[in-house]
Amino acid sequence: MRSGLRAFVSALGIATGVAATSLSGPAMADPAPDVGNWQSVLDQARGQTVYWHAWGGEPRINDYIAWAGEQVRERYGVEVVQVKLTDTADAVTRVLSEKTAGVDDGGAVDMIWINGENFAAMKRNELLFGPWAEQTPNFAYVDVEGKPTVVNDFTVPTDGLEAPWGMAQVSFYYDTAKLDNVPKSAQQLLEWLVKHPGRFTYPQPPNYMGSTFLKQILTELVADPSVLQQPADETDAQATLAPLWGYLEDLQPLLWRDGQAYPQNGASMRTLLADNEVDIAFSFSSGEVSSAIEAFELPDTVRSYVFENGTLGNTNFVAIPYNASAKAGAVVLADFLMSPEAQLRKQDPQYWGADTVLAMDKLPADMQDAFANLDLGIASLAPSERGTILPEPHPSWMSLVETEWQKRYGVVQ
Amino acid sequence: MLRFVPILTLVLMIGPVSAGLIGTILPAFGILPALGRTTPSLDPWQALFAQPGLGTSIRLSFVNGLIATAISVAIVMLFCSAWQGTRIFHAMQRVLSPILSVPHATAAFGLAFLIAPSGWIVRVVAQVAGWERPPDIAIIHDPWGMALIAGLVAKEIPFLFLMTLSALPQADTDRTAQVTATLGYGRITGWFKATLPRIYPQIRLPVLAVLAYSTSVVDVAIILAPTTPAPLAVRILGWLSDPDLGLRFMASSAAVLQLLIVIAAMAVWIAGERIISALGRYWAEDGHRFKKDVALRGLAATMALVAAGAVVLGLIVLLVWSVAGFWAFPDLLPRGFSLRLWARELDAIGSSLTTTLLIGIPAVLVAVMLVLACLENEVRTGKAAGRQAMLLIYLPLLVPQISFMFGLQVFFTLLGLERTLLSVVLGHLVFVAPYVFLSLSEPFHALDPRYGQTALCLGASPARVFWQVRLPLLTRAVLTAAAVGLAVTVGQYLPTLLIGAGRFATVTTEAVALASGGDRRMIGIYGLLQMVLPFAGFALALLIPAVLFRHRRGMGAQNKG
Repeated sequence: MRSGLRAFVSALGIATGVAATSLSGPAMADPAPDVGNWQSVLDQARGQTVYWHAWGGEPRINDYIAWAGEQVRERYGVEVVQVKLTDTADAVTRVLSEKTAGVDDGGAVDMIWINGENFAAMKRNELLFGPWAEQTPNFAYVDVEGKPTVVNDFTVPTDGLEAPWGMAQVSFYYDTAKLDNVPKSAQQLLEWLVKHPGRFTYPQPPNYMGSTFLKQILTELVADPSVLQQPADETDAQATLAPLWGYLEDLQPLLWRDGQAYPQNGASMRTLLADNEVDIAFSFSSGEVSSAIEAFELPDTVRSYVFENGTLGNTNFVAIPYNASAKAGAVVLADFLMSPEAQLRKQDPQYWGADTVLAMDKLPADMQDAFANLDLGIASLAPSERGTILPEPHPSWMSLVETEWQKRYGVVQ
Repeated sequence: MLRFVPILTLVLMIGPVSAGLIGTILPAFGILPALGRTTPSLDPWQALFAQPGLGTSIRLSFVNGLIATAISVAIVMLFCSAWQGTRIFHAMQRVLSPILSVPHATAAFGLAFLIAPSGWIVRVVAQVAGWERPPDIAIIHDPWGMALIAGLVAKEIPFLFLMTLSALPQADTDRTAQVTATLGYGRITGWFKATLPRIYPQIRLPVLAVLAYSTSVVDVAIILAPTTPAPLAVRILGWLSDPDLGLRFMASSAAVLQLLIVIAAMAVWIAGERIISALGRYWAEDGHRFKKDVALRGLAATMALVAAGAVVLGLIVLLVWSVAGFWAFPDLLPRGFSLRLWARELDAIGSSLTTTLLIGIPAVLVAVMLVLACLENEVRTGKAAGRQAMLLIYLPLLVPQISFMFGLQVFFTLLGLERTLLSVVLGHLVFVAPYVFLSLSEPFHALDPRYGQTALCLGASPARVFWQVRLPLLTRAVLTAAAVGLAVTVGQYLPTLLIGAGRFATVTTEAVALASGGDRRMIGIYGLLQMVLPFAGFALALLIPAVLFRHRRGMGAQNKG
């Protein structure tokens, strides 16, 4: 009598059963690869799938990652899947919650695009696999001598727990059709804003770009910048930060929207420039500005420049969580990302336009030529135009500045 | 067999919510073994209350949620009272239903592109006034959160309207209207005095769901709400994704606080209901007819039209942005058009639509089957007590997502189910089933029981009555409920990302990731893509009954909205 309903309910069971079997559960434990023995790493990596958690807000970068994935699949039999994040910290959170649940093997995250605070937090909480990075074959090309930040991530030694992937340096940009003279220091920026109130802003800290702007100002204003290389709690932090707060006291009322609202991130600041809401904006890569022009996001009269006393620069990396399911595959992928071929394509603004971590003089002659012949794009700065690269402060300064900023300016109502 | 389905359904709804809440409450009191903390403490709460601007954040969540809900309810009630049974009413019905398929974030982006100082409306003004720069005023992200309220209202009106529509047939509104009109009451007054008291209890749950959503919304708030400081839910998300893992404790206590805010908002709402119903009783009996309500009727129509128009215009702006070349202020249109980005995203679009359906179809099917089984069980056993218990099915709609999602992720990881399609579908089911129940239970109860009784008297088994009488009569309602369910699963961001460990790239997860890049063209493309599946779902819900019953006019009538 109830056969109809029985069929109904068993259909329900089938539906869930099918759902359960169509995709398998977490992968099996992956033994730590022996990075010293490269052939064994390659053997272990073959057939693995690397879930690479990387910020996914930029289609060109996503395309580059897809290209890199195809390359390692063809060459080493490693599958790569990009998990597109809105925020790198989401991946850190995930590894943490896996540790909470006791998942010390077979974790969801195989590789993270990371640097700065996120790296420092993962290193401190022992959430990373390694050391592995400095034993990979292509690390030999990395410019450890010329670019010290490739092994010191915001002053924190990488200890081989992450492999350098790209260089970044703060550069400012503006529309040459609208502006002739641009401010080239913190002080000039303030003077310029007095004459042009409301025509500049920065993303709201703790957004990464916003905090970077504050650190840039801090580095310029502080009497002895070397203090910033030490952890903040080992110094007289209040005294060090005083010039920054003094400066912001004057700057804040002159900002766009009187400092009552902020763009959310670097990208929305770019939108403000495109809409003629502000005159000057900044980014971590001048190549990004060229690509934004290509993508019709900015007028083609926009150009980049740097402050005369230098701007902050750093390196971004890839790291492998301690509980990754495909550590060998991730190591192989990371090694490929450091290869001259992959770095060349990465620097080409046609594909991405991000600076290489490699040392030109360590490369074979043909690769040196290939790098020298790259067309960097109309709004990109050539290495000779970049001025001094200032070192990033210790991550503790960033947290401190963000907390203090939030107290002083995060609540205006 | 059948009588166990309600219990199974409740377990599927309450289980994940409770598990998730436990996973949030423990760290709120300092317990998180992975970070080496196993002794309870109140430190997270002290840290939370030391946060600058916490009061403002709470106010923005609490007050704006209440205001947005009150405005939405008022507009819907006013519009229904003023225009029910007219041509305008039916026209609005046709406009608003598709708007229901617009995800909240898409509608919010469209609204932002429309009303921002560099948006379309100001561009029109700028053309006339000769401005070269957008005015430096905060229209969106305004300190009072008015843009947030506008965004919520524009999106909640269609939902509440649809819910009201499904309640109307049970209230015998046409005859009531005739009686009040004969007694000389104005349209609006007659409706408010005689029909509203019968309608409101039917839509009360949807209203409370709207209230819970509005007080804890994240995506719309990120796009439209103030940021100095932001509403609480947005700040919680920020704390949860802070590299400083110690903030997780404070974030958890904030998530508990968010739950308390929702509960407080509901308490205030329910108190308001009592007061209004007490006052309303005197008002209903005072005999005033208020015949001259033409102006008010016009206002009601205008407000409903503005709300619908804002969403539709917003969608058009999104469409234009998705194919825009460089588009300077104050140009009304881009300097060039290009399909480049659509072409580039084509592959990704295909696979993300497939993944969305891979999760959505099982979730919707299971939800519809569970809900039908629950309702059928109710009819067969005739137990009214069961109906009370079934209210628990709405729990996932009333508890803020952010208060239990992170805990739920840990729970699924403990079970070893994280990252599986099964767990993602279960995670979606938690939100889909209540909405399906919401849309299906009224039509199911409204169905004339005499059809079933007649069939039983003719010797049909209860199963046969269900399959051959009730189900066909409810075809349209079931399909509409399924379409609502599909719209819900397509829109899920946090559950998909957290439970699926990022392994399931749906249109929504892709949209949110790409929106973080800030290119309005990409936001346009993915905003529109998020609409495709829900829209197709609603279209099919209209089309299938029309085709099935093309030779059966009576069925068509039975299956009317």
